[in-house]
Amino acid sequence: MSETYDPSSLPDLLPIYYKKLFPYGPYYRWLNYGGVPKTYFNHREFSFTLKDDVYIRYQSFSDQQELEKEIQRRCPYKIDIGAVFSHRPKDHKTVKAAAFHAQEKELVFDIDMTDYDDVRNCCSGADICSKCWPLMKIAIQIIDRALREDFGFQHLLWVYSGRRGIHCWVCDDIARKLSQNGRSAIAEYLSVVKGGEHQTRKVTLDDIIHPSIRKSLDIVEKAFKDYAVDKQDFLGNEERQTKLSEDFKSGSNSKVWWAIIQKREKDIREKKKYKDCQNVTREIMLQYCYPRLDVNVSTGVNHLLKSPFCVHPKTGRICVPIDPEKVDEFDPEDVPLISQLIEELNKTDSTDDTSKRGKDYKRTSLSSCVQVFENFLKKLENSWKGKLQEQSDLKMEF
Amino acid sequence: MEIITKSKARRNRHNIKKEQDTLSHPLQFYKIPPSDTISLQKFEEYAIERLKVLKAVENAGVKFIKGTQNYKDHLEKEIRKTHFKGILRVPFIEVLDLVRSRKVYLVDGYAFVPRDDMISILLTHYRAHLSHSLAITCRALPHLEEDDRLLPMLCGLSKRYIGEDYGNKKSTVGEITADMIDMLSKQSFPLCMQQLHQSLRQNHHLRHGGRQQYGLFLKGIGLSLEEALKFWKNEFTKAIDGDKFDKQYSYNIRHNYGKEGKRADYTPYSCVKIIMSNPPGPGDFHGCPFKHTDPDLLAQKLRSMSLSKDAVDSVVNYAKEGHYQVACQHYFAVTHSNFEDDININHPNGYFEESRRFLNPDKGNMNKSQLGTPRTNRNPVKMEGTPISQLASQTQPSQDSTVGDFDDMGDNDLMDIAMETDAESDKKSS
Repeated sequence: MSETYDPSSLPDLLPIYYKKLFPYGPYYRWLNYGGVPKTYFNHREFSFTLKDDVYIRYQSFSDQQELEKEIQRRCPYKIDIGAVFSHRPKDHKTVKAAAFHAQEKELVFDIDMTDYDDVRNCCSGADICSKCWPLMKIAIQIIDRALREDFGFQHLLWVYSGRRGIHCWVCDDIARKLSQNGRSAIAEYLSVVKGGEHQTRKVTLDDIIHPSIRKSLDIVEKAFKDYAVDKQDFLGNEERQTKLSEDFKSGSNSKVWWAIIQKREKDIREKKKYKDCQNVTREIMLQYCYPRLDVNVSTGVNHLLKSPFCVHPKTGRICVPIDPEKVDEFDPEDVPLISQLIEELNKTDSTDDTSKRGKDYKRTSLSSCVQVFENFLKKLENSWKGKLQEQSDLKMEF
Repeated sequence: MEIITKSKARRNRHNIKKEQDTLSHPLQFYKIPPSDTISLQKFEEYAIERLKVLKAVENAGVKFIKGTQNYKDHLEKEIRKTHFKGILRVPFIEVLDLVRSRKVYLVDGYAFVPRDDMISILLTHYRAHLSHSLAITCRALPHLEEDDRLLPMLCGLSKRYIGEDYGNKKSTVGEITADMIDMLSKQSFPLCMQQLHQSLRQNHHLRHGGRQQYGLFLKGIGLSLEEALKFWKNEFTKAIDGDKFDKQYSYNIRHNYGKEGKRADYTPYSCVKIIMSNPPGPGDFHGCPFKHTDPDLLAQKLRSMSLSKDAVDSVVNYAKEGHYQVACQHYFAVTHSNFEDDININHPNGYFEESRRFLNPDKGNMNKSQLGTPRTNRNPVKMEGTPISQLASQTQPSQDSTVGDFDDMGDNDLMDIAMETDAESDKKSS
């Protein structure tokens, strides 16, 4: 199995990927939401980025067949999913601008490793490695817990963005119907690291810590030593120390410093001095590890977000779903490459010709990724089956 | 109805309590609007009065912390009527502002709201009602277009008392070129823009929030699209190649000038917008320096600009107390030879114009098209007997400026209108 991918081969690989591997069936079942209401799928905006950054917005399709046909015809480098509109997006020019508006969309979160550049020392920008990936694990654990336990959401789809980040699609009915205000309120509830380059202390906890933050702290505390002290050596040199605080002017390694800070906090707490400092180690841990959300992406009802099962054109990796319960097992290095999948397909093609078209992915390593998606979908389908039942029961009574 | 005169409104800043009873009336809040016939002149009078009151409330908000005792008592009385006691369990959607600030305990989608915070529930309902009504009003506007007396007046109203939006300053476009910005930033830029300028020069890059805040400001002072592209490209290409710049950033600049997407002519951000929305995160340099800078860092920065110790202390103190705009006014005064007139800084572009006017007093008065821009919109408008035709000619309503105005309104249905292009620009920039 080859582990290499050459971006220039993408135009040759995409047609095969879209013809044989893209999981249209489950994908359509997701976005159709059981056909309630009937127009949900065909009022949904898709946008395609074609070769050479040609960008086309306001695509929409009446059913799975049309979606398949268009994707295969255009072979987009990237597919974005937008909102469900008041009218079919492809007709948007025929309706008055004021009447055409975004009505619903999943509540989405975008967490991007570039936003952590000030707290990771291994890579910067678009690069990631095993030393900074733990940040994404922490992010999934914290956001997933809060969305489920605090907000009561059940249908969360976590997706690897193909290079340096992760997305979360909250698909519950209430989430899809949220107003802009509701979306930004949730995003801000989940934002703890605040402040620009002119503020050094980016986390300030209240004396009484909110229960939700407390639970986040439990998660961070478990991961902090491994991530910040061992993997990142976060106080390893003078520059890193000054970044944390002007108080530290010299020292040796992170272990020593971290011990000093923890001891100092304990001393202060015991002496009941400096009320302001009582949460200092907690604040530092959060500043280094707490998820950093792109609030703007979450806020806009019609903000587009890259679709699951896209191929990242630069890395060749598929944007596969992540099982939040098995987040420790997920390694971006293991995510299938488009080149690898097609090689796998070719190997089995000659030997086994009986498999049905559209299920070809079952013969590749994409299969387990689609399974994660299916598991999410099953729960989602159960929720609307219940609802359809309710509706038909009501009708029977009349 | 009691009409609140200007002097009264000013007194109002210092004595909210006394004015409360009178304020509740002239604000003209009703669930069901009156449907009687009204003369245009009367309508205009009422509208202006309402704006004055809103302005007074806004000013009071700048000077004081919201919620005097009287105000709280009244609300508490209202809440008591609703028979709620102790802690209330409601769907989180009913108390979004408490969720936003993490002031409630959330379990499984339900918020546990303490009695003191129940006002939030009322607020949500009031806001929903207001938002709904605004949406209806917005939809009704096209019907008014047939009446060419009313619409121009309505469009002009907000500008006359709330201040300019610095969006359609055609008179100054082209006066400023890219190579003048270094000099101007030292002389006349407010601190927020100086900060962005320095960061841009230092890092040869600004993140999206910074590019928007700074880019629209530069547009507002009269930098043409061509010059803006030149300015940004010059700086960015010190770190990235020109091709990448053209692909990733020039779309956004053209978008801000209304040349891409839905072609809305975006207006520069006001102080309120900078202070209240989109706070800077790690890696960001935008925002209001008086709000978004650690006081120590702020003091250090001001000292490095060789301000006197007294000046630094008083500016930093205003900032610490949360009077960001007053801090900015004070900063203006001490950096402009102790400027004595009482100026109100509520827009970075206003700051710039005041500064230019101060530094070149002759130019501003003699020639409209010089750096100091004409202040027609700022002149107190003569209320009685201003012919409608004249009002209409003062303010050219356009769809573009409407989008800009709605953009500033915060959360409501109308935001959708402005969001579409925002989302588009976000996408392009990422």
